[in-house]
Amino acid sequence: MVPRIWRRIRYRYNVIASYCESCGSYYYPQREICPKCRRRGIVKEVEINDEGTVLSYTVVNGRKIALIEFKNGTRMLAEVCGDIEIGSRVKKAFRRYGEDGEAGIIYYGTKFVPII
Amino acid sequence: MIGIVSYGTYIPKFRIKVEEIARIWNEDANAIKQNLGVFEKAVPDVDEDTATMAVEAGREAISRVRIRPEKIGAVFVGSESHPYAVKPTATIVGEALGIGNYYFSADLEFACKAATAGIQICYAMVKAGMIEYGLSIGSDVAQARPGDALEYTAGAGAVAILVGKDPIAEIEATVSYTSDTPDFWRRDLQPYPSHGGRFTGSPAYFRHIVSAAKKLMEDFGYSAKDFDFAVFHQPNAKFPQRVASMLGFNEEKIADGMLVKVVGNTYSASSLLGLCGILDKAMPDQRILLVSFGSGAGSDAFAIRVTEKILDYPRNRRVWDKVKNCVYIDYALYLKHRRMIK
Amino acid sequence: MKVAIIGVGTTEFGELWDESFRSLFLSAGLSALEDAGISGKEIEAIYIGNMSAGKFVDQEHIAALIADHAGLAEFGIPAIRVENADASGGSAFRQAYMAVASGMHDIVIAAGIEKVSDASDPMEVLSSAIDQEWERFVGANLPAIYAIIARLHMHKFGTKEEDLAMIAVKNHKNAVHNPKAQFRKEISIEDVMSSPYVAEPLKVLDCAPLSDGASAVVLANEEIAKRLCDTPVYVKACTQASDYFSIQNRRDILTFEAVVKASRKAYKISKIEPKDINIAEVHDSFTIAELIAYEDLGFAKKGEGAKLIREGETEIGGRIPVNTSGGLKACGHAVGATGIRQIVDLVIQLRGEAGKRQVNAENALALNIGGSGATAVVSILSR
Repeated sequence: MVPRIWRRIRYRYNVIASYCESCGSYYYPQREICPKCRRRGIVKEVEINDEGTVLSYTVVNGRKIALIEFKNGTRMLAEVCGDIEIGSRVKKAFRRYGEDGEAGIIYYGTKFVPII
Repeated sequence: MIGIVSYGTYIPKFRIKVEEIARIWNEDANAIKQNLGVFEKAVPDVDEDTATMAVEAGREAISRVRIRPEKIGAVFVGSESHPYAVKPTATIVGEALGIGNYYFSADLEFACKAATAGIQICYAMVKAGMIEYGLSIGSDVAQARPGDALEYTAGAGAVAILVGKDPIAEIEATVSYTSDTPDFWRRDLQPYPSHGGRFTGSPAYFRHIVSAAKKLMEDFGYSAKDFDFAVFHQPNAKFPQRVASMLGFNEEKIADGMLVKVVGNTYSASSLLGLCGILDKAMPDQRILLVSFGSGAGSDAFAIRVTEKILDYPRNRRVWDKVKNCVYIDYALYLKHRRMIK
Repeated sequence: MKVAIIGVGTTEFGELWDESFRSLFLSAGLSALEDAGISGKEIEAIYIGNMSAGKFVDQEHIAALIADHAGLAEFGIPAIRVENADASGGSAFRQAYMAVASGMHDIVIAAGIEKVSDASDPMEVLSSAIDQEWERFVGANLPAIYAIIARLHMHKFGTKEEDLAMIAVKNHKNAVHNPKAQFRKEISIEDVMSSPYVAEPLKVLDCAPLSDGASAVVLANEEIAKRLCDTPVYVKACTQASDYFSIQNRRDILTFEAVVKASRKAYKISKIEPKDINIAEVHDSFTIAELIAYEDLGFAKKGEGAKLIREGETEIGGRIPVNTSGGLKACGHAVGATGIRQIVDLVIQLRGEAGKRQVNAENALALNIGGSGATAVVSILSR
């Protein structure tokens, strides 16, 4: 589990999406190949720091999980801490996502909090 | 001119009132509030810890100035509640802040003064030309055994101080006073700290702060009237008030830094949070005396002069505004948030 | 080459404590052979849909294991496991269909099996059908993804939690007459509405159970089918499509693009239109999935799925009865077996052997979905 978590640290601590310079599409999570351009695509990493909008959400195991949409159309599934409804504005927060047992490593990542 | 280039703070949004803790232990809340001068304390969410708060404070500090994170050459995180006993918090913070890989880094521990020690290290490294900017963060989720007197004050919060040239507040001078004084400690593998009760007062807190402050004034030729503001470590509201009067500062000069009343003792962040409360309103050429205290024991004293640059520096949201936005929780939720029940 | 189904068999679905992974398969396989009236030596290949024997019973390499324990070791036939989460059964059926349609084999078995109750948390295992790194990591599981879809459907189209409850009620009512079903018990709208949330707005009774079970069908080319069987059921089309794996990347999370693509292709190949479908078994792992299937399969316009259930059109006796077996909701969801179990039930219906839940049907459609919709298999069967 440790290497799998470690490999993604960079992408979980901040919101890093892919941008295809050929067609202007954004993808989250980041991917190697643009599904619209495939081999002709030029895919670059971009960090998203914008506020987002809650597109839909659920409450499962006591946690709020939301599909969040950014200005450029990118959508991201993440936990939200605080009260939300469809359309709520949210901003990123650095939080714990879990741990590998009491003696294992701690998983950190990007969650969202409502903008008051 | 070397000093504070930017600062950022983070205070979790939950609070527990002294009354609620006193209710559990059948104690007299009014007497406690009278004794400590503390009314409520900040409590982190279940998914917050020293590392997450440090990142939030660091992000604010960086976002307030046009400095690329890669220009930061050193990251130190001072805390006595590092999430790992072995494995640095500072690397989590460095990664999240996008500092890259070429930076000096370590976790620091010196009870509540680790982060002011971090500022001194950053200052020295900038002065030596080793780094352009250094980041020192104080972050703590203060630990207190349920039922212990500390429980009323052990809060949570983080402060990030970016040190470099061309600052908004120049560090004119710094002096430390250090001795082997076991007033408060936590042995390895113990979940909660222990303390010497009244021993934490006069031989520890007061002796160290007064000695450091006096030495700073003596060595660099200041007197109390040279300072427009003063901020001291805040284990409660009474100690800093008393030490202020011992050093010749009136209530007015420390009022803007007295965040302990509403967020509790944020340990490594405590005196720095007070400093940020003051920097939020200070004007050019005003001078601040900052003296931290870390049990075990030591005090770092600083003479800090605000520069013209503060006028162009974005100070919103101010610390005192941030603390207003809070949610009160009961003792059971407090235990859950502190992961004392799982 | 035309392909027909000449034998079907299924175990009961449910918490089958006495049954093992091996015994389940044997029982389904034998009843399919018996139904086809063949001994077993005629079988040229065996395709097995199974999602996660590795996680559920710590056994991989199950195709050869099953072929052996089914008594086929002496023949040395190819045995192939197919995995597409809970669309494994449908996908295995399609591989078997293609093998016969291409002329590669004359007579084969397509089966599906899952033994879930030996595992401590079967929903955890099923949830590995969504993206572990970017959906599971943030705390979502399979019900959460469907719940996010359900809430948006409600928000955008005015679908009510009661509409979803009606689907569960209908499927439970249908299961009463299915001897193989896990829950042969009617429930009320109030029962569903008062059941606790699993993932808001989806409640316990909106979710299919995870079940033990195995199902098998025997497929043969037309010539053999006519020789061996009085009531062959023909496979008019069997199509499969995939989609963006995560809802993060789907333009419209209220449309299962894989279902739309697979079904449109199936309609085209079979020259059978949605209005010609008389009965359907659809993948109601969650009630919202059945409702959206109405829309994506072309039984209702997008956004109007709830109208179908409100007006009783998908009940037995309605215009297009859906999940007369009880569906995944009440018959049970034995993960990798479900896609085959759907075929079994439709064959029983087309043969006119469904007893009290019998529907007069010429053309039948099965929809089997993997995970949160990244795989869809559509089969159209006719008498």
